[in-house]
Amino acid sequence: MTLHEKTIVEAGRSLRSGEVTSEDLLDAVLLRASQTEAQLHAYLTLDKEGAREAAGQADADLADGIDRGPLHGIPIALKDNMCTRGVETTAASQILAGYVPPYDATVVTRLRDAGAVIVGKTNLDEFAMGSSTENSAYGPSFNPWDIGRIPGGSSGGSAAAVAAGSAFGALGSDTGGSIRQPASLTGIVGLKPTYGTVSRYGLIAFASSLDQIGPLSKSVEDAALTLEAIWGHDPLDATSYSAEYPDVPADLDTGVDGLKIGVIKELAGEGYEPAVESSVADMVQSLSEAGAEIVEVSLPTVDIALSAYYLVAPAEASANLARFDGIRYGLRVEGETTEELMARTRAEGFGPEVTRRILLGTYALSAGYYDAFYGQAQRVRVALRDDFARAYETVDALVSPTSPTVAFPAGEKIDDPLSMYLTDICTNPANLVGHPGISVPIGLDEQGLPIGFQVMAPALGERVLFRVAAEVERLAGFGARPVIEELAS
Amino acid sequence: MTARWEAVIGIEVHVELATDSKMFCGCAVEFGSEPNTNVCPVCLGLPGALPVPNRKAIEWIMAIGLALNCQVSHKSVFHRKNYFYADLPKNYQISQYDIPVCHDGYLDLPNDGESVRVGIERAHMEEDTGKSTHVGDGGRIHAAKSTLLDFNRSGVPLVEIVSKPDIRTATQARAYAQELRAIVLELGVSDARLEEGSMRFDANVSIRPEGSDVLGTKVEIKNMNSFRSLERAIDYEIQRQIEATGSDSDVIQETRHWDEEAGVTHSMRTKEGSSDYRYFIEPDLVPMIMDETWVATIRNKLPELPAQRRERYLGQGLDESSAGVLSDSPAMLRSLYDETVSLGADTRATANWLTGEVTAWLRKTGTEPADLRLEPVHLQELITIVDEGVVSSSAAKEVLEGILSGEGSARVVAERRDLIQISDSSALAEVIGHVLEEHPDAVASYQEGEQKVVGFLVGQVMRATQGKADPKLANEMLREALGGS
Amino acid sequence: MAIDIDIAHVARLARLGLTDEELEGYKSQLADILEHAARVQSLEGDPHPGSAHPLGFDNAFRDDERRPSLDREEVLSQAPEAMDGFFVAPPALETE
Ligand SMILES: [Mg+2]
Ligand SMILES: [Zn+2]
Repeated sequence: MTLHEKTIVEAGRSLRSGEVTSEDLLDAVLLRASQTEAQLHAYLTLDKEGAREAAGQADADLADGIDRGPLHGIPIALKDNMCTRGVETTAASQILAGYVPPYDATVVTRLRDAGAVIVGKTNLDEFAMGSSTENSAYGPSFNPWDIGRIPGGSSGGSAAAVAAGSAFGALGSDTGGSIRQPASLTGIVGLKPTYGTVSRYGLIAFASSLDQIGPLSKSVEDAALTLEAIWGHDPLDATSYSAEYPDVPADLDTGVDGLKIGVIKELAGEGYEPAVESSVADMVQSLSEAGAEIVEVSLPTVDIALSAYYLVAPAEASANLARFDGIRYGLRVEGETTEELMARTRAEGFGPEVTRRILLGTYALSAGYYDAFYGQAQRVRVALRDDFARAYETVDALVSPTSPTVAFPAGEKIDDPLSMYLTDICTNPANLVGHPGISVPIGLDEQGLPIGFQVMAPALGERVLFRVAAEVERLAGFGARPVIEELAS
Repeated sequence: MTARWEAVIGIEVHVELATDSKMFCGCAVEFGSEPNTNVCPVCLGLPGALPVPNRKAIEWIMAIGLALNCQVSHKSVFHRKNYFYADLPKNYQISQYDIPVCHDGYLDLPNDGESVRVGIERAHMEEDTGKSTHVGDGGRIHAAKSTLLDFNRSGVPLVEIVSKPDIRTATQARAYAQELRAIVLELGVSDARLEEGSMRFDANVSIRPEGSDVLGTKVEIKNMNSFRSLERAIDYEIQRQIEATGSDSDVIQETRHWDEEAGVTHSMRTKEGSSDYRYFIEPDLVPMIMDETWVATIRNKLPELPAQRRERYLGQGLDESSAGVLSDSPAMLRSLYDETVSLGADTRATANWLTGEVTAWLRKTGTEPADLRLEPVHLQELITIVDEGVVSSSAAKEVLEGILSGEGSARVVAERRDLIQISDSSALAEVIGHVLEEHPDAVASYQEGEQKVVGFLVGQVMRATQGKADPKLANEMLREALGGS
Repeated sequence: MAIDIDIAHVARLARLGLTDEELEGYKSQLADILEHAARVQSLEGDPHPGSAHPLGFDNAFRDDERRPSLDREEVLSQAPEAMDGFFVAPPALETE
């Protein structure tokens, strides 16, 4: 196995055995980036200098007997909607071209405290709005498994980097599936933790009540270790919750014997690619054979969850993105009056998808339409939460496909917003209710494209979530890695 | 026209709280800092920043609400109020909408014979905006060439207090605003400096025929930055509306700007048209639960409020006017009053001394009330010796000066400064004898029935004693010496 | 349900200076999306909750303590226009 293919756990082991240094790990991912970036465009910014310094420090610390934990010395990538002091942060938008934040996001501070080496900032759909990473103002990212296809989104750059080995792990943000869906489409693990358990301070907001930062990684255990590093209450985020990190590692090998697992009736059947449907069904069967009791559960509100999602998220976004006005930072297009300057700056600075969602959200909140749209969407969230609560009275975890399809060809859905939105159908319910969800790769379809399996658990149910996910990972035995043809350079 | 008009007035007051840090971030709340030095990601609306509410600000708005006899909501939430403005960094203001912290209270205006109760609709918590300075030709809005933006004020905790339209005259409006100011000062939650904008008013004014209960078209007036301009602007606006009603230029619903210099309001309609703030619950914050225990803690810490204090003073025998003046006096003087009175001093005399001579002395010497050194027992003694006629009331002022300059107790000062009245009749008799001898003309006039010369003669006695004679006694003895009364 | 959208008004509220042609395009896309989104109206139920937070906690406050502010030069270095320590913008109102 080449160095860049190792998991965080494996790399950490090599580091501590003295076999490699953090600088070696960094060299490996940077080399890999140099080999794959032309095809994948996973990164917007590589902070080679900062990373080199951090790796040197990690090596020096280790030599001094200072070990900051599982992420110590490990090169990690950050989605470019997390603020990094002194390093350009654009959220893949023209409106933030050249913007250098004067502060670090809390997750960035926590990663640094955990000894991680931040390699760079990965590509995304502008302001995390999209499911393909094609809505980036700086050009799309592509899927390491087939460079004619998208890597999913919006954390597509993070997913592509981890799948390709140009980072050992990455952070993404998940508002309606933006970690889990790209993880699924690139054959890696992606976790959206319980809302409120990871600070959003310094995450450039898309939809505040839905956004959650989480890891993308090559293994379930890597995801658990990364989560532990970023988990926990932050006094700078009023929505962050003070819950102890559950003892996830203790349960990773426990298996599913005795657990009750629910299959969501509304997230199966029509509209799913046959390969996705059959792989998921096979995995459910395997879980049953491994000792889980499988129950079909109905969450009727799931049928209208996506509609609610596409009202709540744009509504919140319309306010969150109001601050980009050309006055204090970022792009400015001049005008005679402040109003004109703002209108021109925003028309020029935002791409079409962002513009569309701002208009949609503004409409949904505006006088005369609020009750029918935004207000009603919030009612749906309550009903959905009740549905989940009822389900969890009888089951320990819920499962479904992560995405109805495998990675689709670049350009296929870009002009059809509604069909793009439908790719979030399995993932957005967890965001609407704030529960954790994880995608684990379970196989390839006949074209060699990865298929992901989603596990969900109740709020703060990370322990059981990981217990099931780890078993899914073992049962799938998914060890495939993408082969990327290097372009002649 | 036979109709008599009455005005219907509601006042919105914005009060900046004087917390150490801002509403949602740790930046300093400070007036007069260099521009853009008290700013951080949160109050500048940088991407990724999040608000965390200041507990003290919430406790202080609860205190304000309780002082205004409001209900404190059991549960309250913040909303986003969306509008674009260069000095509003996020282009939404974190404010409150349908569930304010406080609602449904009232304020009784200082009683001037008729009692006026003004309902309080609500008091809600929000954040202040930054400050725009328009520079250009004459610095006037319409000719401005550019806008300079300072965000030091952005995010300062702001309490908005909305009255019900219960006010009928400009004078009442002024009294309402002044009483509110007295309350927030008493609570110690704001500097309430009108000239610095830490207390600001908007007025909603409409008129209707007297006795009618329909509401006329409402006009909002802004930019009054003194109590006087609040009163003037409302008076002007009422008159303008009366004149406009019935004429071609009917009253329209709009916002008008008070021009202090010209003494007029003028329309400040913008291109914007009707606003649509798209309020929705602030998703970056969680609800606030103000349970009974919390509310009780705040209630128990409330100081004596101006109205209660005036009531107490009236009960102690002060008249309306001195009760009001004393109540508005600095805390140091009020506690001196309480302590002196508790030593048995006369309440009226004590209040008069403190709000009169002592206040004048403070002003004259530029002394801060807090630096005043006046022992209650000295004041009490001063009142006693005036009452006993030991010193004259004019000499007493000098005695006070001596006390305040640290020369000792009232008696000591009076003696050292030689201000004791001659109240001894044998001593006075001698002086009177001399005076009568020296002014035979006056004596003759008196005997011809010219009573008023007694005054002249008393003056001569005072002069001869360097003001130390008890004038009352001198008067009596003179009349006696002149032969009957 | 026919969705009526005054797209120019919405764009103005959102401070998006779009061309008429762009507005037309967004209008028809919004109509499609809103038609789908209108499915939320099929739900009958309770008034919406006071908070979206799944963990349903409340009273997240901070103490009234100061934290260091940012360095002004660092802040203003990101501004499109700054002068004498201020951010600079054009006039707020149209010249009449
Ligand atoms: Mg207000
Ligand atoms: Zn601040």
